[in-house]
Amino acid sequence: MDAEAIVKELRGTYGTGKTKSYEWRVSQLKALFKIAENHEKEITDALYSDLSKPELEAFIHEISMMKTACKLALKELKRWMKPEKVKTSLTSFPSSAEIVPEPLGVVLVISAWNYPFLLSLDPVIGAIAAGNAVVLKPSEIAPATSSVLAKLLGQYMDVSAIRVVEGAVPETTALLEQKWDKIFYTGNGKVGRIVLAAAAKHLTPVVLELGGKSPVVVDSNIDYKIAVRRIIAGKWGCNNGQACISPDYIITTKENVPKLLDAMKQELEKFYGKDPLKSGDLSRIVNANHFQRLSKLLDDNKVVDKVVHGGQRDENNLKISPTILLDVPEDSLIMKEEIFGPLLPIITVNKVEDSIQFINAREKPLAAYLFTSNKKLEEEFVVNISAGGLLINDTTLQVALSTLPFGGVGESGMGSCHGKFSFDSFSHKKAVLRRSFAGDVPARYPPYTTGKARFLKALLNGDILGLIRALIGW
Amino acid sequence: MNGVEEDVLGELTTTFRSGRTRSVAWRKAQLQAILKLLDENEEEIFEALKQDLGKHPVESYRDEVGVVRKSATNALRCVEKWMAPQKASIPLVLFPARGAVVSEPLGVVLIFVSWNFPISLTLDPAIGAISAGNTIVLKPSELAPKCSSVLANTIPRYLDPEAIKVVEGGQDVSEQLLQLKWDKIFFTGSPRVGRLIMSAAAKHLTPVTLELGGKCPTILDTLSSSYDLQYDVGFKVAVKRIAGGKWGPCNGQACIGIDYVLVETQFAPVLIELLEKIIKTFYGENLKTLGNLARIVNKHHFDRVHNLLKDPKVAASVVYGGSVDEENMVIEPTILLNPPLDADIMTEEIFGPLLPIITLNNIEESIQFINSRPKPLAIYAFTKNDSLKEKILQETSSGSLTFNDAMIQFICDTLPFGGVGQSGYGRYHGKFSFDTFSHEKAVLHRSLLIELESRYPPWNNFKLEFVRLAYDYDYLGLILLLLGLRGIFRTNRRQ
Repeated sequence: MDAEAIVKELRGTYGTGKTKSYEWRVSQLKALFKIAENHEKEITDALYSDLSKPELEAFIHEISMMKTACKLALKELKRWMKPEKVKTSLTSFPSSAEIVPEPLGVVLVISAWNYPFLLSLDPVIGAIAAGNAVVLKPSEIAPATSSVLAKLLGQYMDVSAIRVVEGAVPETTALLEQKWDKIFYTGNGKVGRIVLAAAAKHLTPVVLELGGKSPVVVDSNIDYKIAVRRIIAGKWGCNNGQACISPDYIITTKENVPKLLDAMKQELEKFYGKDPLKSGDLSRIVNANHFQRLSKLLDDNKVVDKVVHGGQRDENNLKISPTILLDVPEDSLIMKEEIFGPLLPIITVNKVEDSIQFINAREKPLAAYLFTSNKKLEEEFVVNISAGGLLINDTTLQVALSTLPFGGVGESGMGSCHGKFSFDSFSHKKAVLRRSFAGDVPARYPPYTTGKARFLKALLNGDILGLIRALIGW
Repeated sequence: MNGVEEDVLGELTTTFRSGRTRSVAWRKAQLQAILKLLDENEEEIFEALKQDLGKHPVESYRDEVGVVRKSATNALRCVEKWMAPQKASIPLVLFPARGAVVSEPLGVVLIFVSWNFPISLTLDPAIGAISAGNTIVLKPSELAPKCSSVLANTIPRYLDPEAIKVVEGGQDVSEQLLQLKWDKIFFTGSPRVGRLIMSAAAKHLTPVTLELGGKCPTILDTLSSSYDLQYDVGFKVAVKRIAGGKWGPCNGQACIGIDYVLVETQFAPVLIELLEKIIKTFYGENLKTLGNLARIVNKHHFDRVHNLLKDPKVAASVVYGGSVDEENMVIEPTILLNPPLDADIMTEEIFGPLLPIITLNNIEESIQFINSRPKPLAIYAFTKNDSLKEKILQETSSGSLTFNDAMIQFICDTLPFGGVGQSGYGRYHGKFSFDTFSHEKAVLHRSLLIELESRYPPWNNFKLEFVRLAYDYDYLGLILLLLGLRGIFRTNRRQ
């Protein structure tokens, strides 16, 4: 792969203006949709090979989400592309103004291994919808999906403008040395910093979709069964916890713990059976490195005696069963880094309100969840918790809504995507002001006089009476 | 021992955590305080701008005090509306639920200011940061020392001193500040320093807005079929606006100032003739008595601009002006006709009172000319030809595009102000300033009442079918499936 040559070729294509046309964008979005439509089996097989991802999970979380995003873009594209008329003020009268979205140019999408299909193509949809040429770099940690993407995009898409570059660190480094008009990165904060530093050399704007320790606060006086099922669906039902918006830990009061734990154990057994290591409905850990990383979190002396459920491991098949830990110390490894796996610590506080302070003492997470029937607590949570997104009484669903921006804040990233937000992330909003030759105000020009000063004051303040006074010399 | 900068950050973090900067009352009080500061210190500000840059009070009002007043007044009027959560529509599958986008402050933000508009480029972004409820460090430019000190003296007296701080100093202070972790950095200045800011911010994953500059071109079309252009009203107005957009704002030392003019060869002589007349009326003829014109900010920049003229081929292209007064750091408004395109004057941002005129055979060539260079912060085009307007709009890229005027886009609160490519990224003014200093938090409320079994494992074919239909928002299909009738009415079976 020659990164420089690819960028040069794509720049050439972009320069012809081809990718800017509505027709081109539509044709490429339709081609993407066809990939998902015609190759569902191939894609779910690749996801199974990379992550043992259950077929239904692969379908719901990756293929369907991507298709929905595609359909939405196709439906809304004309509206998104339309210049937005804005009002002008007395100061620039007579004039008309609009904000015109235009593509940024040649953009780079670096994707992650946990949702290797969705997280590759979802940003690509935004980039195409906005009229850019795109290079996609899928994650080498999900090799089967990476190669399916390379093959299918090569077959279906306009390769003069849309490319897949496969590879690991050296290939990514070579890509990052090039000058891009936007970089969209999904992954972790460590690599996020490297991407930002590389982008700084070329003044390239960057979107970082990172993660963080997304907390779940569980209040009393709620239906534990429903809450617990929704927590399980968001934790183990999302790639076995290997998702950026997965619940990372639970905060609840001491009194709540027994009821909560009982409900958890019951529902977990209903979902995944008595021996979850054998369940076909749970993804595996992606590779040996991550298996080791998670084992280390569990083997930490500070938490070995805190496991209250699960804890089984099968190193050969890279499986770890849903594991719950109670009252882990704050300085344990598991509370210091993002877990990104099937371990779920429960932290107890005296009052549920204390959870706000607990969360705020840490880095801002990508998501924060609250289960409560208390409106006041809900309000306090919304006002005081800063996170990419908040979801009350459920988990992870915010990701499925195209009307909500998806993106982090602080350590959980910057920039946002989904629906129109993706389009905007890959667009420049050009300010366009149209003036006529009438209405030229002499006060703008020297030689400057006191009369002109008064006139300008009135003009900038939108003070019509003042304007008239200045004009007639009062 | 902590440095001063760390203490400042610590104090501002404490204030931010106290939550007081989030209230509407606090935000409005600060905005009002800015207006009061301007009202009560106008003369002092004018004097500082005169000393730092030789700006005339009318220019100072137009480009600095007035701009800030207008922004603050607008923010005062709109801030509550900006703060209100935006409702988001929710598909029926998720019923019952409600969604909203809630704007929240980012935290402690750092604003670096450049020297050319030392008052407005400090207070205008500050208005955005205040409206959004952040605590703020303002770092004025040490190259405009009088303005820096006016700001440092007045801001703590009018604004909440525990939430908004001015940190004065030079490069060493800036470097200290950049070591620290901020929730946002807003920078106005050059691409070179912009890169340094971005690299420093990368360590802390801090989002950055970069307001840079670039060579802002002006396209001047014929505007008239008349052969006697100098009597054409439209052409005269255009040339006046070009002069105003070149020498008006800080004598060309402005990021959206006109850098060069593109015109068809046949009209260059009339353009030059008119420009000369206008320069004489606006600013005077004699280098020693030039008025209404800012001076060059310092020796370094004086030498930089002067050096652009020293290239012999460039010197040969001067058709008006070109004289300098080193002692008073004045450079005469200077017009050049077709300086070499590979000379520094045509490859670097001029940021001074030199105006190259580049002639083309056909005005449409200007698009190609502009596109072969980095994307500028602004493009100005004077034309009455609608198809040329459309072509420029579609085929060029720039922070802003203004037809038939210059500079004035800066004061439209409804338009985003910011660059693209080499001219920067991020945007501000009006609501855009508020957004620049806010995080748009997605908030989704669900009820615990209704539960769809199909969300949960163990997975089976019924659940797969259910989810397919739900994603298609196929509500009829969903009902049939639930009633067990789906098999009979199945229409679009997939493999």
